[in-house]
Amino acid sequence: MSSQAAVFLGCSRSGVGCLVPSTWMDRRKCCVQLSVHPSRGLIDEKFNVQVQKFLPGCQLTVHALHRCEDRNSWEAFGHYMTDASGTVNVSQDTSVGGTYSGVEAMGLLWSLRPVPGSKPGLRLRKKNVQTPMEVTISVYQGHQTEGFVDQVPLASVLVERWYMAPGVRRIPVTEDGLTATLFLPAGPGPFPGVLDLWGAGGQLVEYRAALLASHGFASLALDYLTCKITMETGKMVDNQYFETAYRVLQQHPQVLSSRMAMLGFSFGTSFTFKMAVYSQVIKLRCAVCIGGSHVQPIDASVKEMFTYFNNNASKIRVNEKNEVIWRDVFQPTADPSIKVDMGRLQCPLLLVVGEDDQNWPASEAAKDMKEMMERAGNSHLLTILSYPKTGHLIEPPYTPHVRASIFRIFDTHQKLMLLWGGQTVEHSRAQEDAWKKILVFLRENLYGAANPSATLSSHL
Amino acid sequence: MSRTPPIVSVLPTRGLVDEKFKVLVENLPPGRPVTVRSLHRSEDDHYWEAFGFYTSDHRGTVNVSKDPSVGGTYTGKEPMGLLWSMCPVPGSRKGLRLRKLNVCSPMLVNISVHSGHEGFRDQTPLASVLIERWYMAPGVKRIDVRERGLKGTLFLPPGPGPFPGILDLWGGGGGLVEYRSALLASHGFATMSLDYLSCSQSVFTYGETAFNFIKDHPQVVADRIGVVGLCIGSLLALYLAADSTVVKPRCTVCISTYTIYPTDRVLSGSFEELTILSDKISVDKNNNEMWRDVGLEIMSDSRKVNTGKLTTPLLLVSGCDDQNWPSFETAEDITQTMRAAGNDHLLSRLDYSDTGHLIEPPFSPHFRSTKFVTIDKRKVMILWGGLTKPHSDAQEDSWKKILSFLQQHLCSSLNAKL
Repeated sequence: MSSQAAVFLGCSRSGVGCLVPSTWMDRRKCCVQLSVHPSRGLIDEKFNVQVQKFLPGCQLTVHALHRCEDRNSWEAFGHYMTDASGTVNVSQDTSVGGTYSGVEAMGLLWSLRPVPGSKPGLRLRKKNVQTPMEVTISVYQGHQTEGFVDQVPLASVLVERWYMAPGVRRIPVTEDGLTATLFLPAGPGPFPGVLDLWGAGGQLVEYRAALLASHGFASLALDYLTCKITMETGKMVDNQYFETAYRVLQQHPQVLSSRMAMLGFSFGTSFTFKMAVYSQVIKLRCAVCIGGSHVQPIDASVKEMFTYFNNNASKIRVNEKNEVIWRDVFQPTADPSIKVDMGRLQCPLLLVVGEDDQNWPASEAAKDMKEMMERAGNSHLLTILSYPKTGHLIEPPYTPHVRASIFRIFDTHQKLMLLWGGQTVEHSRAQEDAWKKILVFLRENLYGAANPSATLSSHL
Repeated sequence: MSRTPPIVSVLPTRGLVDEKFKVLVENLPPGRPVTVRSLHRSEDDHYWEAFGFYTSDHRGTVNVSKDPSVGGTYTGKEPMGLLWSMCPVPGSRKGLRLRKLNVCSPMLVNISVHSGHEGFRDQTPLASVLIERWYMAPGVKRIDVRERGLKGTLFLPPGPGPFPGILDLWGGGGGLVEYRSALLASHGFATMSLDYLSCSQSVFTYGETAFNFIKDHPQVVADRIGVVGLCIGSLLALYLAADSTVVKPRCTVCISTYTIYPTDRVLSGSFEELTILSDKISVDKNNNEMWRDVGLEIMSDSRKVNTGKLTTPLLLVSGCDDQNWPSFETAEDITQTMRAAGNDHLLSRLDYSDTGHLIEPPFSPHFRSTKFVTIDKRKVMILWGGLTKPHSDAQEDSWKKILSFLQQHLCSSLNAKL
């Protein structure tokens, strides 16, 4: 389909009177101005997309295209109408259709989804954090819903989204048997330290630690499932491995030894709760746990956690779409022997909960933890951020939401379609809100004045 | 250690060279004197710095966009002072000039905060960040042009195009100076910078060839091409706009304008003429050469571009303290010529007091004089003129207006035709 024919088709479908001769359309192509500010930003920064100098009262589609590292393409688009001066301002104007609607400054990112024809069960994650995520933002005439790749847009620009701010240093860490990556902020330091734990997928997932370093925290991303020791010996790491990681981070010359935190996600929360409460080595100023549960056999090692999981495999459900639901496995019960004793926690704790989490019972666990802490008298340390219609994968802002995706079991390599939960709009709002509050929480507790247990986060 | 670590943040950390930034220092003790400093290591390995003296407020914050600097290389409320007031660090050679030659990589600037208002160079900073300043927006393509005998670099904006085009002509320093072209492409213009001083043929024919190269490019709108010229480049720009019978720019911008034709049409003729008069070039008390007076002397009886023949808009940008060339007087001369010819409705002028010759993109440091190698290979110190603060304000203001002028004439809205 030639670009000129496509332009006509777009116009006639729209029913709006902006049919113009194609020679004028070539000139128009010269005049349309598309701008995105900033053109290079951090992953969690907002941008402003503007189309200017088009015809007034005309239908336009603003489109985003991203080709990820595994070669899959993701797209998002919004349908707009230019105003009297021929302008569309995505931050202020209403999208009347597309992959997002309403006034959504960042809809072009958070509503990204695999292009038609893609394999099912994809998830967007950046492995190489030293290069930016590149997104092409384009504007097409009319309200288009498909076939973007076959058309020539009126204009397009390239936008870079970075996990690493300039000057952030990425340092692989292998000492003492660790498989980890340290991200140091720019500057002389010293900086507060954050130990960053991901979930049961394993691998060394760096992007959140890189982003935390861009916000002034020396962050250590730790692989505790598919690490070198485990791959070579077949043995899972013991609990000392986490203490070693904490110690290596704390003793780094550019880390403030008395200002340390742990941030755990999913399975990583199990170790965060355990270490925060029981470890003699790990002394945290604060902890953040996203989408997790304190349910585990007391002082369980990694291996024992998996044994517990397998022993409770009967609680795993599969829905009508063959999506696997794990949320019932780590449900809290009245039995105190399979829970971390949260009444003994001595540092502020921020829990981030998706109420539609289908993978971990984060909501029930948070409620149970609150009750434990109220009984013990330390509930002033607890802050719960609970988001309706939000799923398990609470990622940095504007990360596209997926309700289910293919998950590879780290040791057997068996693939499942896991149900994470969440509805896209609410989940995306939750990601944005939670991240802001996580950063404020970390900033107050790690950069704030001396007395950690007195730092309340009630204003969050 | 219970003392709260200070935090310095800059937004954006990666920006285009003409974008403003916000610098915020937090978590300081309240009422504390601090120095906020920028440090840049140039491509030729010299260090440039700027600094301002501040005092933290009751919340321990310093906001460079809102708080006044009480001393340093700039004073007062100056959000961008950390860039435009940069100068070589103490101990540097004299006469340095800061220019980026490799536009594909960003300019890296370290912004740091130091305790107190003295001795900061010997201290470890309390905190620092690194920022990037880019001439090229993401997706801008840089293409070497070596056809039709041309030596130039074409910068194409991202997207399918077609784009309005610009022929970008630098001044008498020679070489292929790319940064302004890269920046113009980042604003949506297909822009070519041209090395015209090293060509041996008539530079005017060379300029026409370059213009037509841009015009013929499949991603350029053929009747939307402008020319931007600085100093000697403005002579070529005005020739193309007024005297050429082969090309017709849609609009022209001349910065620090020069209008005198060399006698033999090879541009180096101009320098030869000036060299003959070099005993007439005066020097100031610092031994800087001031070419301005020579310019004034030869202006009245030399053959000049006939701006009375212009049929398309012209924007003249002049520094009233231009010590290298009588730009203001040239602009006055052009105004009179065009008034007499009846085409002065095409003329717009931007005249800036206390502004020198080198009117660069915004936030570029100002140089009152620098080392220069003349066409006859003399190494001299040339006085460019201007006072730092007014010159920097002129750079910021003129760039905005140059872009607006180019957008108005090269990208006019279709509504204007209806």
